[in-house]
Amino acid sequence: MIEVRNLKKSFDGRAVLKGINITFNEGKTNLIIGQSGAGKSVLIKNLIGLVQPDEGEILYDGREFTKLNNKQKKKIRKEIGMVFQGGALFDSSTVLENVKFPLDMFTKMSEEEKIQRANFCIQRVHLENANNLFPSEISGGMQKRVAIARAIALNPKYLFCDEPNSGLDPKTSIVIDNLIQEITEEYNITTIVNTHDMNSVMEIGDKIMFVHEGAKWWEGTKDDLFSANNKELNDFVFASKLFKTIKQNYK
Amino acid sequence: MKIIYNIGAYFIFLSKVFSKPEKAKVYYNQIIKELDKQGLGSLGIVLIISVFMGAVVTLQTAINLENPLIPRYMIGLAARDSMILEFSSTIIGLILAGKAGSNVASEIGTMRITEQIDALEIMGVNSASFLAMPKIIAMVFLMPTLVIISIFIGVSGGALAGAASGAVSMTDYIYGIQFDFKPFYIVYSVTKAVIFAFVIMSVSAYHGYKVKGGALEVGRASTKSVVYSSILILIFNLVITQLFLT
Repeated sequence: MIEVRNLKKSFDGRAVLKGINITFNEGKTNLIIGQSGAGKSVLIKNLIGLVQPDEGEILYDGREFTKLNNKQKKKIRKEIGMVFQGGALFDSSTVLENVKFPLDMFTKMSEEEKIQRANFCIQRVHLENANNLFPSEISGGMQKRVAIARAIALNPKYLFCDEPNSGLDPKTSIVIDNLIQEITEEYNITTIVNTHDMNSVMEIGDKIMFVHEGAKWWEGTKDDLFSANNKELNDFVFASKLFKTIKQNYK
Repeated sequence: MKIIYNIGAYFIFLSKVFSKPEKAKVYYNQIIKELDKQGLGSLGIVLIISVFMGAVVTLQTAINLENPLIPRYMIGLAARDSMILEFSSTIIGLILAGKAGSNVASEIGTMRITEQIDALEIMGVNSASFLAMPKIIAMVFLMPTLVIISIFIGVSGGALAGAASGAVSMTDYIYGIQFDFKPFYIVYSVTKAVIFAFVIMSVSAYHGYKVKGGALEVGRASTKSVVYSSILILIFNLVITQLFLT
């Protein structure tokens, strides 16, 4: 479980996060949604320690992340898996080497055990015959799956996904969404997904947080979305004709 | 003020680079990879430049030593000392600043803008050390070797050009390259190579690591790394010469 208390962050005097309070549940897929520039990415970067907050607390199962020293932070980071928007796979390494990398760095496994574990993770994301290919030789969807495989290699307690569906076709997006949800439930991970994709919201949103102008504007489940009486949320979620129709039919 | 900020940031970067590695074996493997990549990648250009430098130095010296009072073997001696003292270390240093330095700056810069460095940091890896330390160590070991190869090839190139053009006989040239040989010059040249290697890789890695933005900034970082490395090579060349040879 990750708890965020009164998180504030400003850049050059401009407040980007204005006191966010939220709890991300264990074994659930927690979605952060909001318009571009609302502060979603800054929130994620604060949570994983790439940006230092000005004020507030981030608790990883009760451990106050912002007040830890570098050694203690490193320990928590080893419990975090991250799937970046572009995959962030290492260009000069093959798929197998990418997935094996965290095992090389942080485990005392034998080479055989590491390859076995990496192969298990690769198969878990339904990738076959791609072990010896480089990131430039595989499609965007496959890159995202390799990134997920790498993120779960060390059995993380927390999984962060920054727009995992960006640039993917709807069918591949659903595959990635389902994969994230399956892994979350299977390994009881606290998963936080930052997304714009309304299909994802409807597919995997166990808990949804809507960020608007740097503040938490709304919080609920995907079913609550249809009955929410929040103008900004409705303008964002039901912006397209398709989703407007879905909402009307839902009523 | 910006230059003071950059000098400070460079030394903070170096302190991160030379902190204790998370896992020595992984770093060792990276060093081997870099030795292979940078060594084989740079050998071709070093050979080509050296053979032509040696040939040109020999021919130019021959043209300027037409006086019958000066023995012809002086051409070999001049070519040898020019290669050892200056061309093989400084020119090869400047060439590698352009080739390997810009390559490292753009490689690390691209890793920065594609979030690969963020990925390393989130995993708990010291990204500065993981990316820069193996490159610096590999180049510090490689460059003296490349300089020694360059001296040998340059002097050989001079012999071939001198003999082929009739500027100097092979016997005179070989006598000249053996005449009054000072082994300390090799120590001086290798010392320069080690320092230049450190400058090239650390400055280039620093510029790549600090990239913010997109492809344009990666290009700028690559250019900056070549410019600053080249200037520092020339400054260190002067300082080391003053310390060693005067």
